[in-house]
Amino acid sequence: MNLHAVKAIYFFEMARTFRTLLQSIISPVISTALYFIVFGSAIGSRMVAIDGVSYGAFIVPGLIMLTVLMQSVTNASFGIYFPKFIGTIYEPLSAPVSYFEMLIGYVGAAATKSMIIGLIILATSFLFVPLQIAHPVWMVGFLALTCVSFSLLGFIIGICARNFEQLNLVPALIITPLVFLGGSFYSISMLPPFWQTATLFNPVVYLVSGFRWAFFDTADVAVTYSLLAIALFSLIFVVVIALIFKTGYRLKP
Amino acid sequence: MEKMISVQGLSKVYASGNIALDKVDLEIKKGEILALLGPNGAGKTTLISMICGLVNPSAGSVSVDGYDILTEYRAARRLIGLVPQEVALEPFEKVINTVQFSRGLFGFAPNNAYIEAVLKKLSLWDKRNTPIKELSGGMKRRVLIAKALSHEPRVLFLDEPTAGVDVELRKDMWQIVEELKADGVTIVLTTHYIEEAEALADRVGVISHGRILLVENKDQLMHQMGTKELTIHLQQPVEKLPDALAGYALRLAADKQSVIYSYDTNAERTGITGLLADLSGAGLLLRDLQTSQSSLEDIFVDLVKD
Repeated sequence: MNLHAVKAIYFFEMARTFRTLLQSIISPVISTALYFIVFGSAIGSRMVAIDGVSYGAFIVPGLIMLTVLMQSVTNASFGIYFPKFIGTIYEPLSAPVSYFEMLIGYVGAAATKSMIIGLIILATSFLFVPLQIAHPVWMVGFLALTCVSFSLLGFIIGICARNFEQLNLVPALIITPLVFLGGSFYSISMLPPFWQTATLFNPVVYLVSGFRWAFFDTADVAVTYSLLAIALFSLIFVVVIALIFKTGYRLKP
Repeated sequence: MEKMISVQGLSKVYASGNIALDKVDLEIKKGEILALLGPNGAGKTTLISMICGLVNPSAGSVSVDGYDILTEYRAARRLIGLVPQEVALEPFEKVINTVQFSRGLFGFAPNNAYIEAVLKKLSLWDKRNTPIKELSGGMKRRVLIAKALSHEPRVLFLDEPTAGVDVELRKDMWQIVEELKADGVTIVLTTHYIEEAEALADRVGVISHGRILLVENKDQLMHQMGTKELTIHLQQPVEKLPDALAGYALRLAADKQSVIYSYDTNAERTGITGLLADLSGAGLLLRDLQTSQSSLEDIFVDLVKD
């Protein structure tokens, strides 16, 4: 194991994060604040509590998930696409570094950044709503697993993308709709029966539900399913990445 | 001499069907400077990229100091430093961070004293905290070299290191290459500049259309392939060459005051003695003599043309 290399990639990527830390944090914090004002205060004041949780608090896990999923995909895809774009990828590819070590470095850094932002949003939430976390360890665990899992997806996108437009396409066209329709701002039990079933095909439902369970001890689907879902996503992403590495797709001619 | 790199039957066929390299065999000795010459698209960069692990070989094998580049890639790559043709650097990062990053990437523990020495050698020490985007083009090339040297490589690949670089920096780079050679580093450089190969290389390889046409000791190559020209300056201008000299490959220069004789240095007889005797026999008085050897460039152009 080339630990020096893993550390080098991880800290080099984190340095990029810290160079742009302010803009990385300000944007999610402001948008979260806006969501709280609109959904939490304005609309939420006229909403009944869901499963005994006030609406303002109810949307917190969904809001964090929304940002964390977007950030994970964006950070990881940019993290690997940028070196490809400017050509510096030649260095890790010609170094005594295994693909697995590269993956740990790049995905680890992307996941760390999303995790930091997720926790900052959580901290911001405390300013707006009274919040209790029923299972704090699980909460952090879910958050970390989600960050890693979707950073893996971002890594795939970053390798496959041919230009910056494609880089933004997946987050905008796939992640955002899935998160909005995945019960971030509502309980799926509020949907008509048909849509309750249909929505079970949305992977994000399991993430949001599990995450919400960690906060409020109530869930749309059983926690075990949520954990299985994250494990399954990670597995699929890892298999795809292994195939990419095996063939050198878009990395080595 | 011990060999450092051994390339056997190496081929590369790109997905487009383009054969970039065609069954190349090449041995590079420890501590030598090998210059690879070849026109654009000859396969120089593909060859280097395959040895460094950037391009998957279609066939053949490469070993670096006995380590196979595929099965023992860690051991092989640790020995290699690569200075790529294109300037590819993280624009927002500071010089010193990007050089330290390279060292870590190659599995070496941080060594501030060594990095300082490398940066000083490349006149980058004063710029160590400057973001790369603020450096001039020449400075960026130096950073690329510093990165390649950051992990104390035993083999250094320089892919067109002085393309688009001003004369002063080119001379600096030559000096650095000489110093590395003195430290026992094996150096492989590709270049368009024949004078670069002529100035630096111990051996010269010529690549064209994915094949190595020859690899020769530079001096020997110039000796073997070189034709020499003898320029004879005359005391008085002549209108035409005397008929008595018709048997020689002579031509009269435009100034009508010198005669140029081409001869093969490898021939059993150069014919110079006879020519000089016949010149004085024809009543021509000599003022001066001058010989010149064809440059590597002439040789190269001749080779690739065929």
